[in-house]
Amino acid sequence: MKNPFKHHEFLEKNSIILLIGIILTVLVGGIVEIIPLFRKETVIEPVKGVRPYTPLELAGYNIYIREGCYNCHSQQIRPLRDEVTRYGHYSLAAESMYDHPFQWGSKRTGPDLARVGGKYSDKWHVAHLIEPRDLVPESIMPSFGFLMNNGANLDMRPHLETLKIIGVPYSEDMIKNAEKDAKAQAIGEPRGDTTGLMERYGEKVNARDFDGQPNMISEMDALVAYLQVLGTMVDFEATKDVDPSTAETNMASKEE
Amino acid sequence: MSDDKKKDIDEISGVETTGHEWDGLKELNNPLPRWWIWVWVISIIWSIWYFVVYPAWPVPGGATEGTSGYTQFKELQESQQEIVQRQQQYLSDFEKAEFHQIMDDPGLYAFAMAGGRAAFKDNCAVCHGTGAEGGIGYPNLNDDDWLWGGTMDAIHTTLEYGIRADNLDTRLSQMPAFGKEGLLNKEQIDEVVEYVMALSSDEDVTQMPGHQIFQQNCASCHGPDAKGMHEFGAPNLTDGIWLYGGERADIYETVYNARNSLMPAWNERLDDNTIRQLTVYVHQLGGGVEEAAKEPTSILSPVKSMEE
Repeated sequence: MKNPFKHHEFLEKNSIILLIGIILTVLVGGIVEIIPLFRKETVIEPVKGVRPYTPLELAGYNIYIREGCYNCHSQQIRPLRDEVTRYGHYSLAAESMYDHPFQWGSKRTGPDLARVGGKYSDKWHVAHLIEPRDLVPESIMPSFGFLMNNGANLDMRPHLETLKIIGVPYSEDMIKNAEKDAKAQAIGEPRGDTTGLMERYGEKVNARDFDGQPNMISEMDALVAYLQVLGTMVDFEATKDVDPSTAETNMASKEE
Repeated sequence: MSDDKKKDIDEISGVETTGHEWDGLKELNNPLPRWWIWVWVISIIWSIWYFVVYPAWPVPGGATEGTSGYTQFKELQESQQEIVQRQQQYLSDFEKAEFHQIMDDPGLYAFAMAGGRAAFKDNCAVCHGTGAEGGIGYPNLNDDDWLWGGTMDAIHTTLEYGIRADNLDTRLSQMPAFGKEGLLNKEQIDEVVEYVMALSSDEDVTQMPGHQIFQQNCASCHGPDAKGMHEFGAPNLTDGIWLYGGERADIYETVYNARNSLMPAWNERLDDNTIRQLTVYVHQLGGGVEEAAKEPTSILSPVKSMEE
């Protein structure tokens, strides 16, 4: 075996055979990467409580992406002891199954936000977004005070329709009432009527005037509504000891 | 290379060439470096080993589990068990100990302080400040001015259930918006603001026009002497400590629109041991009230005794 590669000359000089060789090689790589995606449901845990975002939360999600929050904040608590101690239960695949695109992020200049919902008050979020250094003197986060003055985009119907196409289970009812639900959530009881919103998205939905400006539904309302729901959907009491390896039923419950 | 199958050897290096020639330049046909080939072969062997030992290969119904049975969740469980074991020497006593016992036992106290300090930085510092110095709307925890009481039990209750939080047992009180709701007119508010500002000075305030208004509208929560009441979370107005600022405009805003801020309930997020560690930490920050001066903090106790 003087030169095990001496036959490459044959491959190099027969372009059709070379092409077939290339296709075979790429195919293996492609299959290994693509086939697991068709069986995604096997790794999504069958947890209770995860619902699609309400229209107002979705508007906040859009602002989160527009302002590039993901550049400094991740949304994935890894199953490592220090992260679980600091941020809470590690993130489950089910928690981001309705995020398109997901906001896992890859950089933590600021803290992870996967379970920030309910950790701080609305007032804190508003004050902190307006001027982070008022509350955390050592913060290097930019100020987002202008969100208070921008009206939120409440025409969320097209976005809901699009998400439905790619598999987020929005009902016809949810799509039809998108704008109404967004308004109801940003106004809250008793000034608004949240009955329909709660019927469609569940009793746990936060509905109130998030930004403290009752006469306006601002982008701040939307963003804080989004932040306050992060990581709060899963009912961990009801899903204790979920074994991710036997997660099989989630798709079934989604199709119901 | 060669229809004639003759090897073309470069004269200078003695290495076979590819036989291609460009203006007299020829390319040497050196084999790949031996070390490179070996790394490549070893990588292939390693990847086969990895496929066998670790979960890797997608199969119908999931993926191969691997002979080692490794999962990240298991690894987390093990590392958490390890830390629980290391804490156990303190935890077993800490769980059973009353607050005064913790204060008397140097080991338990050190354990509570270490855990409390870490939990404070993670969860409390964003509002109350890294040094618990507070800020506008967020109380300073280093002083002895308490809104809802500074005993161990009171601090523990506040931490567990929060203030005006989304929790059934939360501490609840609401200051009325005297101006917005039309309970007082502008002149009356001006007078009561003057009065409240004078409270923290040495002046005799009983003759001021705001005195009467204060006694009728504010004293039921803040007390006739304006020293505050912990049952309602009503602050002491005579000590010159201002949660929302002590300027005339700040106090006017407070009376006109009211201030009802929120502290989250932590019992869903933190386990009881961590909350108890935090209680000890916050209590010792400077202003903790001794248990001897204990006030009734739990509304449950009378009910319990009735049942008995």
